[in-house]
Amino acid sequence: MHMFAILARLAWRNLWRNHRRTFIMLAAIVLGSWAMIFMTALMRGMVTEVIKDGISALPGHVQVHHPKYRDDPSVANLIPIPDSEMSAKFAAAGLKGWASRVRVPAVITSEYDSRGVTLLGIDPERERGLTFIDYDEIDGRFLESVDDPGIVIGRKLARTLETEIGKRIVIMSQDPDNEIADRGFRVVGLFTANVTAFEEAFVFAGKSTTQKMLRIGDRTSELFAVGDDYRNVDAVYSQVTELVDAGVEVKSWFELDAYLGTMLKVMDGFLLVWVIVIFLALSFGLVNTLVMAVFERVREIGLMLALGMKPRNILGQIIIESLMLLTIGLVIGTALAWLAVQPIKEGIDVSIVAEGMDMWGMSSVLYPELLLRDVILANVVVLVLGFFASLSPAWRAAHYEPVEAITKV
Amino acid sequence: MNLVFRLAWRNLWRHSKRTWLTTGAMIFSNVLLIFMIGLQFGMYDLMIDNTLQTLTGHVQIQAPGYKDDQKMRQSVADVAGLASSLRTELGSDRVAARGAAFALVSSEDRSYGIAVLGVEPEYEGNVSTIPGLIKEGRFVNGPDAAEIVIGAALARNLRIGLGQELTLLGSGRDGSFAAAVVTVVGIFDSGVADFDRSFAEIPLRFFQDMFYMDGAGHQVVLTATAIDDVPELQRRVAELLPAGEELVVHDWDALQPGLKQAIRADMSSAFFMYGILVILVAFSVLNTQLMSVLERTHEFGIVLALGLTPGRLGRLVLLETAIMGMLGLLIGALLGAILTAYLGVNGFAYPGMEELAAKFNLPARFFPELTLPTLLAGPLVVFGFTILSALYPALRLHRLHPVEAMRAV
Repeated sequence: MHMFAILARLAWRNLWRNHRRTFIMLAAIVLGSWAMIFMTALMRGMVTEVIKDGISALPGHVQVHHPKYRDDPSVANLIPIPDSEMSAKFAAAGLKGWASRVRVPAVITSEYDSRGVTLLGIDPERERGLTFIDYDEIDGRFLESVDDPGIVIGRKLARTLETEIGKRIVIMSQDPDNEIADRGFRVVGLFTANVTAFEEAFVFAGKSTTQKMLRIGDRTSELFAVGDDYRNVDAVYSQVTELVDAGVEVKSWFELDAYLGTMLKVMDGFLLVWVIVIFLALSFGLVNTLVMAVFERVREIGLMLALGMKPRNILGQIIIESLMLLTIGLVIGTALAWLAVQPIKEGIDVSIVAEGMDMWGMSSVLYPELLLRDVILANVVVLVLGFFASLSPAWRAAHYEPVEAITKV
Repeated sequence: MNLVFRLAWRNLWRHSKRTWLTTGAMIFSNVLLIFMIGLQFGMYDLMIDNTLQTLTGHVQIQAPGYKDDQKMRQSVADVAGLASSLRTELGSDRVAARGAAFALVSSEDRSYGIAVLGVEPEYEGNVSTIPGLIKEGRFVNGPDAAEIVIGAALARNLRIGLGQELTLLGSGRDGSFAAAVVTVVGIFDSGVADFDRSFAEIPLRFFQDMFYMDGAGHQVVLTATAIDDVPELQRRVAELLPAGEELVVHDWDALQPGLKQAIRADMSSAFFMYGILVILVAFSVLNTQLMSVLERTHEFGIVLALGLTPGRLGRLVLLETAIMGMLGLLIGALLGAILTAYLGVNGFAYPGMEELAAKFNLPARFFPELTLPTLLAGPLVVFGFTILSALYPALRLHRLHPVEAMRAV
């Protein structure tokens, strides 16, 4: 331990002998680690937004369906358990959030035009805050109960259909016997969505109203449940599995949407690649600095060896010097990255490329997300790889022949 | 000049390790830049091509407002006649007329609301890949045959196969009830289930009869031979439009505004990363050149005392840097070209990329593009920054006093 203190002191002093070189290298490390962490925060934020938007559109962390529903989302493939029975069980289970809904393809017709949409028969109270609909941002009003006779459609769809609040539209779908099931609705509200495609894709009606229209009694198409964290849905998944029988399919969000699921994995891999690439770009300068530092100290290293300092202590001294340099750089870089994130925490507006972001499945506000584990990852990767990069110059220094080294000019 | 060059060359190899480490940093980032930029632009081209080729085409003639609202009555009169006269005038077959409407398609068991496109069977294949994606049966033929081609996912959901009949229900241009019975003659498969589920194609004349279009349609789709020829095509088409009719000519960017923006969003994050990489290399060069100038203070003092001007010394340092930069550029470009060319032939895959790629109509393997711009852009910027970062050490020489410098050890 005593030896370590001496080596550390030597390393520290050596570091500042050529302060210009140290400062330039430090600047490079600071910039590199800043870029690593800042970029990681932006990307994380981007992916989190995509996944959250995706989950609010699915919606939920875990969904229950008829086994055939996902390939054939029709009224023929309803969950075989009556809704009241299922609701009673779920209400008693104390889940954070859950709702069951009817979800069928339908055609919406105004006096001017018609479009294909997905009709959602929902329980508005249960779903509050769980889906992409913000109840307070509705023009007009949102649905008030499962028996609400009105319908809420997207603002974009309303424009296409040339309809507005208070006007009537007709929804056409089919009942389980393949008879046309239709009903007139009065438009009571218009919703806005982050992803504009949703405004054309979904229309909302009361669950009971929809069940009556489709003549499906007390049955629903899907049930979804929400847990605390989208990254860890195991608890919710097993809870839901216990509440339903074997005759249904229970899937988590990353199985339901392969794009979202892989996105998370690919991003984790990509961030590691990014950190390593930056490190490699830095490593050339780092090794260079150490090679030079060793080179100009050949004579004193020879002297120390001749005086009886063990080679492994020389090795240690160089490595400590390198790690000190890296640590200072990393601390400053991390701090700057943290500072850089602060003013944009509330979101950066990237709406100039809004439709492009739409295409990537993102909204036009970007929220950086600085995760502790990403900061640790970047720092640990740099320190560990930095250690290995310093081995070669340090090894050379430790294995000088004392006499040759001392006499070297 | 020859002498100065030889001097510079020898100076570089005084510390061959240092020179190689600095050059190594350049080579590393050059190879990475060539590969990444090649990959990026290869991907963008594919994204554009694959998105536009399926249905959109490069240029479309539409009625004003149709692009945003897509209403039935925003139509182009005598659309087939317009397309045929454009084919003659332009001397190109890559022109096809279309009509578009929404309809409820019903089989024995199921009904779905989808878009129904009326197409010219003999020309559609020139502007769209759908006729080529027929996996079962054939494309519609005969201008007014009661035939339909549908996507594989839709066929599965409708539980229908070749030769069976579908009922189409919709509303005509005048708002009246439109209905027809058609036979499924072909099934296409684009690989994206949601896309395949969203539309079906019937012959244009049949479409016009069914929806009471009176010879009108909604778009004339044109493709250029290359994406760069689009502005020229758009201009010529605009000139050829019949006088007195209100029509507009949109290019692909107007038709798919998300595409360019998605590319722009991706580009800006990529350029941020490249920028960091280049600056890190610049730091590496700055460090090396500053060191090399500082350790030569003594000898620079002597040559200054002998009458050499600081300006010439500065040019010597810049020449050294330029030689080093040139080495990095040439070796980097060579290795980068080899790597990119190899992957350009064999393709490159990243685990999990398949699902992400499918969302943007991209194949699972990527083939980076190797052109002169993608090859040279990165290395030239690196070279520029290399020279830039040597300016400080070179200019520092002007502050050197011969006598003091000679005293320096």
